Amino acid sequence: MSELLLTTEGETHIIVKRRFEASPEVVYRAHMDPELIQQWCLGPEGWTMPVCVNEGKPGGKIRYEWSNGEGAGFFLTGEILELDPPHRIVHVERMHMPDPTPDNHVVTTFLADGSGTLMTMRMSLPDAQTRKAMLATGMARGMEASYARLERVSGWKVAS
Amino acid sequence: MKLDESLDRTLTALADPTRRGILARLALGEATVSELAKPFEISQPAVSRHIRVLSEAGLIVQRVAGTKRPCRLAPGALSELDEYLEMLRGALTHNYRRLDQLLAKQAKGKDRNP
Repeated sequence: MSELLLTTEGETHIIVKRRFEASPEVVYRAHMDPELIQQWCLGPEGWTMPVCVNEGKPGGKIRYEWSNGEGAGFFLTGEILELDPPHRIVHVERMHMPDPTPDNHVVTTFLADGSGTLMTMRMSLPDAQTRKAMLATGMARGMEASYARLERVSGWKVAS
Repeated sequence: MKLDESLDRTLTALADPTRRGILARLALGEATVSELAKPFEISQPAVSRHIRVLSEAGLIVQRVAGTKRPCRLAPGALSELDEYLEMLRGALTHNYRRLDQLLAKQAKGKDRNP
């Protein structure tokens, strides 16, 4: 399974599963080392992360700032609650848009799976109001980005 | 149907790129099965199977017009919750593809400098 599996658990949680072709040690490090996080944790195409703080210890702070290079941006702050390298990260995070969203409690696990790693991430499903706020930000362009790619490959113009 | 069952059905329906493409095409308006099949280089029966999945998930509706069964988007098919989950899926899909590349690059670097 190298494709993303995204399911809901009841009405309160989202479960994400993904397999990576690297050991749990390597995948865990890519989730904790700011220099590595900045290279992949960017959301839709065109965004960068000019600021990445991850103190890498229980009680440590997290701060990620994204920018689309056109003046739009937002940031996330959080705290690390538990670490069990290279198998488990528990942290809490919130988006600032600029008002903070309710805390999202995230448990990420990394299990050896043959020559690779199966990652499972369990997180809070934001309430309807928070979802609306997040959809209204520039981050909410994942779907539009995939439609834009569709337009490129198919020649269709998708109505907005 | 329970909310999470209905959600999972929607998510399964949206998980496939061809089905997302069909929805994108239907966002422009009604289309027949053969019109939908054209851009994908897959057979009409294969498109019909995708249409059935989308229809069972309540995302599209079909009507009978002579021998044709044109499809269109179901009104209000994508709830704000679906939209949110799709946004999340889009962002994570991009992230993890980049992470795949980063991991591959690291593995290569390691081979060169053991």
